[in-house]
Amino acid sequence: MDNTIHTLQDFMLHTESNTYILMGVYLVCMVGFWKFLTQKDEEQD
Amino acid sequence: MSISRRKFLGWMGAAGLAGSLGAEPAHGASTREFTGHPDSYGVLHDITRCVGCRSCEEACNTVNELPKPTKPYTDESVLDKKRKFTATEYTIVNKSVQNGSPIFLKTQCNHCLEPACASVCFVNAFQKLPNGAVVYDASVCVGCRYCMVACPFEVPTYEYEDPYTPEVVKCTLCAPRLEKGLLPGCVESCPTESLIFGKRDDLLKIARARIEKYPERYVDHIYGEHEMGGTSWLYLSGVPFKDIGMREDLGNTPAPALTSGALHVIPMVVALWPVFLAGMYGMAKRRDKVAAEEKTKAIAIAVEQTENKAAETLARAMDKAKKEKENILKRVERAKEKAAKSKEDS
Amino acid sequence: MSEQKNSPAQGMTDAALGFMRDDNQKFSPLTIVTGIILLVGTILTILRFTQGLGAVTNLTDTHPWGMWIGFDLMCGVALAAGGYTTSAACYLFGMKKYHSAVRPAILTAFLGYAMVVVSLLYDVGRPDRLILAYPFVVQQGTTSLLFEVGLCVLLYLTVLFLECTPIPLEWLGFRKARNIAVKLTLTLTILGVVLSTLHQSSLGALFLIAPSKLHPLWYSPYLAVFFFVSSIAAGLSMVIFEGALSHKALHHRMGKAYLEEHQPLIFGYAKAASLVLFGYFMVKVVGITAGDNWHLLPTPYGVWFLVELLGFVALPCFLFAVGSRNKDVGLIKFTAVLTVIGIVLNRLNISIIAFNWHLPLAERYIPSWMEIALSVYMVTCLILVFRFIVTRMPVFDEHPDFKEHHE
Repeated sequence: MDNTIHTLQDFMLHTESNTYILMGVYLVCMVGFWKFLTQKDEEQD
Repeated sequence: MSISRRKFLGWMGAAGLAGSLGAEPAHGASTREFTGHPDSYGVLHDITRCVGCRSCEEACNTVNELPKPTKPYTDESVLDKKRKFTATEYTIVNKSVQNGSPIFLKTQCNHCLEPACASVCFVNAFQKLPNGAVVYDASVCVGCRYCMVACPFEVPTYEYEDPYTPEVVKCTLCAPRLEKGLLPGCVESCPTESLIFGKRDDLLKIARARIEKYPERYVDHIYGEHEMGGTSWLYLSGVPFKDIGMREDLGNTPAPALTSGALHVIPMVVALWPVFLAGMYGMAKRRDKVAAEEKTKAIAIAVEQTENKAAETLARAMDKAKKEKENILKRVERAKEKAAKSKEDS
Repeated sequence: MSEQKNSPAQGMTDAALGFMRDDNQKFSPLTIVTGIILLVGTILTILRFTQGLGAVTNLTDTHPWGMWIGFDLMCGVALAAGGYTTSAACYLFGMKKYHSAVRPAILTAFLGYAMVVVSLLYDVGRPDRLILAYPFVVQQGTTSLLFEVGLCVLLYLTVLFLECTPIPLEWLGFRKARNIAVKLTLTLTILGVVLSTLHQSSLGALFLIAPSKLHPLWYSPYLAVFFFVSSIAAGLSMVIFEGALSHKALHHRMGKAYLEEHQPLIFGYAKAASLVLFGYFMVKVVGITAGDNWHLLPTPYGVWFLVELLGFVALPCFLFAVGSRNKDVGLIKFTAVLTVIGIVLNRLNISIIAFNWHLPLAERYIPSWMEIALSVYMVTCLILVFRFIVTRMPVFDEHPDFKEHHE
């Protein structure tokens, strides 16, 4: 099977799909990381 | 071939969404320049050879099993008015008169190399097949009609009258026939060889050769070679294309490139906006905390000052009272002495 | 009135009696007009879903997007921007004095987006597939900006719903659930601003694909920026405008905190809107100069463009500034309306008026009366639901049992 991408459209479909997953993962991680970052501040308060 | 390709693309999308970043061995050309599917097909429409017989329209109607028009295809009065595509007419021949002689132009979906309709479809219903056809999958279409907004050639039409299952309709380059090894209906029916089917690269060579051989007959431009990033349909004309209703102001930017900038900003917003906003929140919170601390401190100082003052006043008062007491005692003492003295005196 | 808000049972009875119960006159002219709108809207709804788009709209193959996209979607989303601007100002930028305005703004935004989604169900050819979320579940067209808009609107509607939940939860007295919902405030606010930034701008970016159809004065590679910046001005103005409207109709429902904070809020928002419009004017001018479209200004479309730019961007910018300097509430309210009209004008210009400008007039789109009537019907329904909620639930005032929980 020829996997080479020949059109910009197909290439963007591929990269954008990956970008969307990445964005979802990032946002979830962001919440966790924020908790980690500020946890001790809140304990001190 | 085309079906397996579509399956592959579907699988690729699914794999992508399952989170297999990097697992997909797909690779673009190293230069990130995309030149379209190699050896894809196209049609060269030599407008100078078209006689306006509308055989192509009739063939299109037949092979796509569309409802018959009220006026027969032999009725030339149909050509008097400029027509547009409809949900039952995938191809249209229009007549325009230039310098006294009629010129006929057949139009249909141009099957862009980088289709705008595919770029904007949010269910990915449009596919550019390796054989050159841009095909539409009605089974996923939501009917948002963004493809119609996007198409620079105003090709896709919609079944507005169908209340329950309306579909987008456009020329398919007879993709089902191509799979069987047949020519597109319109090309097969053309009596004047105004339409030539072949590999796009070969068609470009033919077109260039014709222009070179008959420079007085053709405008030195192959419409579709570069327009909107190139199309699978190519046109040769004896008069400027814009004079026969073909837009020459579309530019050569492939459709996906028009939106790629905006698309690329999205992950930046997702990545950096929460950082900025959380930072603003942190700063506001810190400001509040400092303000609150300062307030507490100020109150403490004020309280202390008041207390000190009160203590001082009290001490002074006590001191005063003590002195006064001493004075009184002294006076009493003195009075006593005085009294004793006067007693002695008397 | 005041004792009703604590009892859902009473609220339900009110609902059964009809939305108009607050008016002492049962058949005021307004009630009759509302009744007619609802009746006509219902009939047209049936017509739309049994006879198809062709029966009620003037949409054509060259004008596939009409009133329901140009007004309901484009303007609805822009005017619901008060939700994210207000919650961002209050919870993220530390403007605590705007706290009492957050709830009305969030509620309006939620209802606004709900209206947008319902309108889209009317507009798309296969609403069943939109409900089943085909673009996200069946096949993802990730290269489409509409995919991004759809995803953001879907997520943001959920965020707004969650942000709104304390209102009914307080009303119903579900303390535990309400406290959990309140704890999510920071995350939801940040997510809300991110999603709003994305889809507000992407609504503009939808038209990037059609440089050959949109008039060059409106088409610009900066379309996304234009839409985002103007949405902020639209959101701020809508909060001022709604505040003024609600004040007239619902004064008795407004708590002490809301009434005390309302005046400073108007001045603060006017100042902010003025500043945003000042910047917006600049980016619009950059748009002209980047495309080198100055020579198009002395054309009919150019004059129309200048009407929008000078009359509905520069003028409100100046008037907001004067209003906030002189503490002129009347002028500020007037300017808020002017700005709102300006945003509606801009969205209609881009999606309808300056779109397909190259076509002869006979081929241009003019909405049918039925399309307009259904848009009016949507807005009417929105207002009625808003009214139903604010007259019963703690929106403009604080619930007596939950006062101490406010941060």
